[in-house]
This record gives sequence, structure tokens and C-alpha cells, in this order.
Amino acid sequence: MAAAGAAATHLEVARGKRAALFFAAVAIVLGLPLWWKTTETYRASLPYSQISGLNALQLRLMVPVTVVFTRESVPLDDQEKLPFTVVHEREIPLKYKMKIKCRFQKAYRRALDHEEEALSSGSVQEAEAMLDEPQEQAEGSLTVYVISEHSSLLPQFCPPFGSMMESSPIPEEKQVQLSWEYRLPLFFDPQEPLTSLTPVSVGYEITFSLLNPDPKSHDVYWDIEGAVRRYVQPFLNALGAAGNFSVDSQILYYAMLGVNPRFDSASSSYYLDMHSLPHVINPVESRLGSSAASLYPVLNFLLYVPELAHSPLYIQDKDGAPVATNAFHSPRWGGIMVYNVDSKTYNASVLPVRVEVDMVRVMEVFLAQLRLLFGIAQPQLPPKCLLSGPTSEGLMTWELDRLLWARSVENLATATTTLTSLAQLLGKISNIVIKDDVASEVYKAVAAVQKSAEELASGHLASAFVASQEAVTSSELAFFDPSLLHLLYFPDDQKFAIYIPLFLPMAVPILLSLVKIFLETRKSWRKPEKTD
Amino acid sequence: MAVTDSLSRAATVLATVLLLSFGSVAASHIEDQAEQFFRSGHTNNWAVLVCTSRFWFNYRHVANTLSVYRSVKRLGIPDSHIVLMLADDMACNPRNPKPATVFSHKNMELNVYGDDVEVDYRSYEVTVENFLRVLTGRIPPSTPRSKRLLSDDRSNILIYMTGHGGNGFLKFQDSEEITNIELADAFEQMWQKRRYNELLFIIDTCQGASMYERFYSPNIMALASSQVGEDSLSHQPDPAIGVHLMDRYTFYVLEFLEEINPASQTNMNDLVCPKSLCVSTPGHRTDLFQRDPKNVLITDFFGSVRKVEITTETIKLQQDSEIMESSYKEDQMDEKLMEPLKYAEQLPVAQIIHQKPKLKDWHPPGGFILGLWALIIMVFFKTYGIKHMKFIF
Repeated sequence: MAAAGAAATHLEVARGKRAALFFAAVAIVLGLPLWWKTTETYRASLPYSQISGLNALQLRLMVPVTVVFTRESVPLDDQEKLPFTVVHEREIPLKYKMKIKCRFQKAYRRALDHEEEALSSGSVQEAEAMLDEPQEQAEGSLTVYVISEHSSLLPQFCPPFGSMMESSPIPEEKQVQLSWEYRLPLFFDPQEPLTSLTPVSVGYEITFSLLNPDPKSHDVYWDIEGAVRRYVQPFLNALGAAGNFSVDSQILYYAMLGVNPRFDSASSSYYLDMHSLPHVINPVESRLGSSAASLYPVLNFLLYVPELAHSPLYIQDKDGAPVATNAFHSPRWGGIMVYNVDSKTYNASVLPVRVEVDMVRVMEVFLAQLRLLFGIAQPQLPPKCLLSGPTSEGLMTWELDRLLWARSVENLATATTTLTSLAQLLGKISNIVIKDDVASEVYKAVAAVQKSAEELASGHLASAFVASQEAVTSSELAFFDPSLLHLLYFPDDQKFAIYIPLFLPMAVPILLSLVKIFLETRKSWRKPEKTD
Repeated sequence: MAVTDSLSRAATVLATVLLLSFGSVAASHIEDQAEQFFRSGHTNNWAVLVCTSRFWFNYRHVANTLSVYRSVKRLGIPDSHIVLMLADDMACNPRNPKPATVFSHKNMELNVYGDDVEVDYRSYEVTVENFLRVLTGRIPPSTPRSKRLLSDDRSNILIYMTGHGGNGFLKFQDSEEITNIELADAFEQMWQKRRYNELLFIIDTCQGASMYERFYSPNIMALASSQVGEDSLSHQPDPAIGVHLMDRYTFYVLEFLEEINPASQTNMNDLVCPKSLCVSTPGHRTDLFQRDPKNVLITDFFGSVRKVEITTETIKLQQDSEIMESSYKEDQMDEKLMEPLKYAEQLPVAQIIHQKPKLKDWHPPGGFILGLWALIIMVFFKTYGIKHMKFIF
């Protein structure tokens, strides 16, 4: 009986041991991996290697250049060498530690008949007109016309479309190469740091505002619609490759400048000196309503008609001389121009006086400010080169080319830094979730960066710019997706506080029984040794 | 010999003159460079002002935030560049004996609520999630522009937070908290995306210094009202309003800022609250900041001074004089032809005033009333017995 009882308890003990072992096995083999899998953050796969490869991307810009020689400019034996192609590379450092290799692919050829005719005409304007028509130039390409030193087109002019006229005694290869060194950089060296220019965006909003602080004295009338149609719209159409522009206008009454102008008795006029100009913008800005306009960057152009008590009002530069344009601008914001009412209109008139704003004068200043805000400034000319002024549209094609090059490079740099910083963030902060659509945006951005680099290397500027804009848009969408918020941070003591009440009651019996089983088996191993 | 001697002397004099001029040119060039280095390279200013506590007895936190808002606006930052988050409305609180005002000094000396306060996140919208979304820019696309922090890499941002806090956390709305690690990570994300040029972080809570311990991104300067283990104390109660009006640290900051104008040259080293006034020990952290605090102007963060340039060039446009004249004539004619505009009749006021009151239709009592009376009658008869029926009917 006792033996049977002992055998029964032994069986139960064995069953108990097996049960405990089974529990432990299920907990460890099934439970732990399941818990680990269900508590990890979801991350769709990202092309990390490609992103790090983007950082080391070597940008190459290719500029197809055509050099056209007229008959008299080249001696005969040199003429036989034409046409041929020369490739010339130059490295230009930019910000973000990126360097660009510019590859000038020069194709030398003889002038065609109509070009000969055009270049032998009397004045530069006629030559320009005749050369302009038959050629259609792709964006980003350059044509250089070499004329003989006896030509009547000297002194040299650099005409507005993407071509240059140059005369050098005998254009041997060496000499031409030397002159390349300092002429072509015209097109690449940015005058100002890129960060003070208008940020690159898909669209821009341009607002023209007329500020009339004294409607009792001045009844101001401006034909803004006509001016926009005639002067601004052609300029924006020419700049259309750089983004979508939308224009609006408004008139604000009783809007004062925040600064009191001082009286200058020498000229019996009022003036604002340069140091008070930065304080002018802020009080006015809240009334412009620019924040309600759109989500695109806004450029404000203000025309201020000073009140009768403060007329005429001039802006003084740092030397104390009145500025000719009577206007100033602020990078990334816009420009302000002060329009003084002609004192003749006050004679023998009853207040309010009707003021007709001369829109041509105003638009000349505003468009010049718009060019400066976009970084289209007069380049520093090397000696022996003269630039003719811009066309009626206000923008030359080579200026647009330069803007597009600069913008493409900046877009690529921005997209690359965004993607790299996203990859770094994901490494640093382990709790950020990456959903599938965010991952697809990242893939799109990487592909667009690579495509844009390829297009730049093959010289297609327009498609490179479009691809770079796509790259920036996709990378910003991916980085700023609302789902990337890392609200899942828990300090360590909180993690313990959550898991201990759940796991400890379950783990302690299992661990204790395992320990007990292990001790007993060890004892049973040792026992046979002892008896033996 | 004498000739060569004098020549050599002249040569040395000339050389020294040249060297001196060159040296001065170089020195001025170096000075220019140094000045540029010490000046901040920012082009615009933003401010994010957060009050995290609700309930009437936390009046002082709202007053703190509004006084910083007022100073920042006065020194030039426009509303479009300020994100103001207030967790509760004290000015229109039913317990406010002076509605539409929030005072910072007792005896109602200074009303910081003013006339044109623009609150971007109000009441229950002030959450940790919204705050982090504003900082990192991960905002849903339908958010209006006034609720976004649209800063760029040349923005100086002022971040001011106040409320109840502890060692390593700040309490939002009495229901959640933000830890110093989350804040540091948010600033790191801002840095990675180049959303700021320099950042000034001011916090006025108990144990405020713990909130800036974990920052690791460059160009951040942090000020706190008290050290770890210390409490920030409130300034003065007002017997008429019945609550404490301000905290000591922000009271001192407000008094300091009231004397600053947009052109002043005071620097950050002057903004130190003395122990007699603040009682707690204010802390600061400048190791992540690249410039020396004595070169940092107060207006670099609290004010907004823009960079301007005189426009010296114009472009030549062709005048289309014929078209101008004809359009001018057209517009003149249009003006004469138009009739004076008037408002359409929107409300038939006459009809409303002289209307007779309408008789209301009778409706039978609703189900609830019937059920209630049935219940009452049933209980009555159950309690007192059916024999009472004959006395009622």
C-alpha cells in the first residue's frame, strides 16, 4: 500500500515536472518571440545604402557650347581644323561641401551663311535681331561667335540671348582656353550666399499693395491690373520655369509706417535714414494679410504714398544722399517704394488731390527688386566684355539658365540632406514608425535625385530642374509626414513599471519550479555516484 | 653713400607706411569678419509661447505667457510669426472679477491681455502632441498657416514654456506630461531639418533646469527659473482677483523687457534675476551655443529686425502710352455709369417687430412624463394598498 502510494506520488511528481517544463517551454519558445514581435515599431524598408550613396554624389553639369567662327576671324590653316570638339572641365565649390564639375563640351564650327550675313551687319542690334530668329536654343546651351578684330561690331558686346561675341587676335586653342577661364564662370559663381535668396518652392505668391495713409489729401489711383498684364506677367512667364506664380493686389488705407521721418531743412523734405529702415516693415506686415493668402512663400511689394504732412519723403543711404529709386528691399520678404506726389498737383486744387501713379516707373523698380530677390543680379564682368541690358521682358535667357542651374543644385542639396537626416533620425530615435506610403515617397525622392543628376550630366537643364523639384517635394513629404511623430518614448522606469505586474507573477513560479527541477535532477545524478 | 643712405631710409619709411596701411586694412578686415562672426546670421524671428496649465488658480501661468507675448510683439515680432498656446482662458473665465483682462501687477497696473491677442492653440488643443507637431513641422496638411511654425535655417526661435513641472518633465493640462528627452529629440529633429538658426529656450516651472539637461543639438541657449530640487515661486497675490498674478522669474523678465526698445544693445548677460527677487536660483545653459552670451543681443531673440538693402538698380521698361490712355478713359466712363451700391434687404425687420405671438399647438404629454406618473401611482398604491382608490376616484 505504501509502495503503491509512493508510486502514485512519484507519478504525480513526474507529471508535475513535465507540466512545469512544458509551461516554461511554451513561455520561452512561443511567448517571448511573440511579445517581441508585437511590440516592435513597424518600419517599412528604406534604401539606406542608396541614401548614403547620395551624399557622395558627384554632380556634373554639362554645358553644350558651340563656338562659331566667321570667315575673317580664323586664318586658313586653322580653318581646316574645324569642326572639332573639345571638352574642358572645371570644379566649382558650393555650399553643403558639394563640388560641381562643370564640363564644357565645346563644338567648334564654321559660321553658316546667314550667320555670316548677320555678323557682318553694321550694328550689334541688327546682328542680334538676325541671329535671334533662325536659331532655337535649348535651355542651358551657349553659343559663342568669334568675329575678326576688323569687324565693325567692335567694341565687343555680349548680346542678350545665350551667345557671346568675342574677338581675339588669332583664336588658337590656347588663347581661347585661357579666355574661357574667366568668361564662363560668369554663369556659375553665385553673387550672394544662396540662403538669403527666396527659398525654392513649387509656387510663389506675389502681392502688390498700395498704402495710402492720408486719404483725405490724396485720392490715389493706380492701374495695377494693366501694369500686371503689361509688365509683370511677361516677366513671370519668362521666369515660369522656376515655379508657379500667382499675383494679387490690394489697397490699404490709413496704414502708417512705423517710423517717424525726420525733417531736413536743407532740402525742405523729409527723409528716412538707413538705420530706421529695418523697423519699417514689421508694423505694416500684420496688416498685409499675407499669412492668409496661401501656403507658398509670399513676396510683398508695397507702394507707399506719404501723407501730406510728410511729403516729399526720401530714403537716404548711408552717405546721406537720397536714393534715386526711393526704394528698398528685404531678402525673402519683398520691397517697399516711396512714391512722392508731384508738388505741382497741389496748386489750386481742393483736397483730396487726385494722384495718378506712374506705373512704368513703379514697375521698373518692383521688377528690379524681384530680380534681386531671386538672385538675378548683374554679374561682375571681366574686362573687355560689355553686357547689353535685358530685353523688354526683363529677363535674359542666360539669366534664367543661371537661376535654374543654381536652383537645381540647391534642390539636390536640400533633398539629399533631408533624406540623409531622415536616415540618421531613424537610427537615433528608435521609436519612429515608417509606414508604407512614407517609404514609397523616400524611394521616389531617391530616384528623382539620381535622375536629376543624370540629366544635369547630360546637359538637359529643364528636365533636370523638374526632376530636382520632384525630389525636394517627395523628400519633404516623407520627412514631414504627420505619422512620424515619435510619441512612443518611455523612460526605463516606466517600462519596468508596465511589464513587471504582467510578467512577474507568471515568471516567478515558472522560474522557481525550473530551479527546483534542476536541483532535484542534479541531486539524483549525484546519488548513484555516492552509492556506487 | 649719403644718397644711397637717404634712399634706403626713404625706402624703409615707405615700407613701414605701406605695412601700417596694409596692417590697418587687414585689421579692419579682420574686425569686420569678427563683427560678422559675432553678429547673428538670422533674417527672421519666431516665437513659440506655451502655457500648459488650466484651472483658475493657475492664472499666473497664463499671465506669464501673455506678458512674454506682449513684450515680443512690442519689440517687433509680428503675430504671423508667433505661435501662442494657452491651455485655459483666464480673461473670460467665469471666476474672473474683471472680465477680458489678465493682470500681471497687483492693483491692476498692467493688463497684459490687451486689444489684439491672437491665440493660436487654445484650451484643449494645447497637448504634448500638438506642441511636438508644431516644433517638428509634422502637421496635418489642413492646418491653417497661423498654427504652423514656418521657420527656416535663418530663423531665431524663442521658446517659452511655463506651467507645473518636476524633475525631467513638464505637466500639460493636468493629464499628460512631456519629458526632457522628448523635448531634446524634438530639438534634434528641428536641427536636422535646419528649422532654426539659433534657439533660446526659457522655462519657468519648478525644477526647470532639469528640462534642458538633455539637449544635444547645437545653437541652443537655455534659461530656467530654478534648479533641480528647487521650486519656482509665485510673485504676489491680488486680493481683488484672489489668485497669484505672476511668477517671480517671469515678473523680473517682464520688467527687464519693458525697458528694452527695438534698437537697444543690451545683451543676454544682463538678463540675470537676482536672488532677492527670484528666491530660487535661475539656471542657464550656454555650452551648446556658439557665440558668447555677451555678444548676443536681447533683440536677437525677442525682437525682429530685418535685413534691408537699398535698391540701386532699375530695369528699363517700354511705355505703352496709347494703351494707357485708352484704358484710363474706359475706367472713367465706367465710374460714371455705375449706380451707387446699396445693401440688399437681409432681414424683414418690420415684419418681425409687428408680429403677433403665435399660439403654440397643444401636444400630449410625452412618454417620460407618463411613465413617471405611472410609476408614482403604482408605488403609492403598492405602499398604502388598493383600498385608498375609492377616496381618489
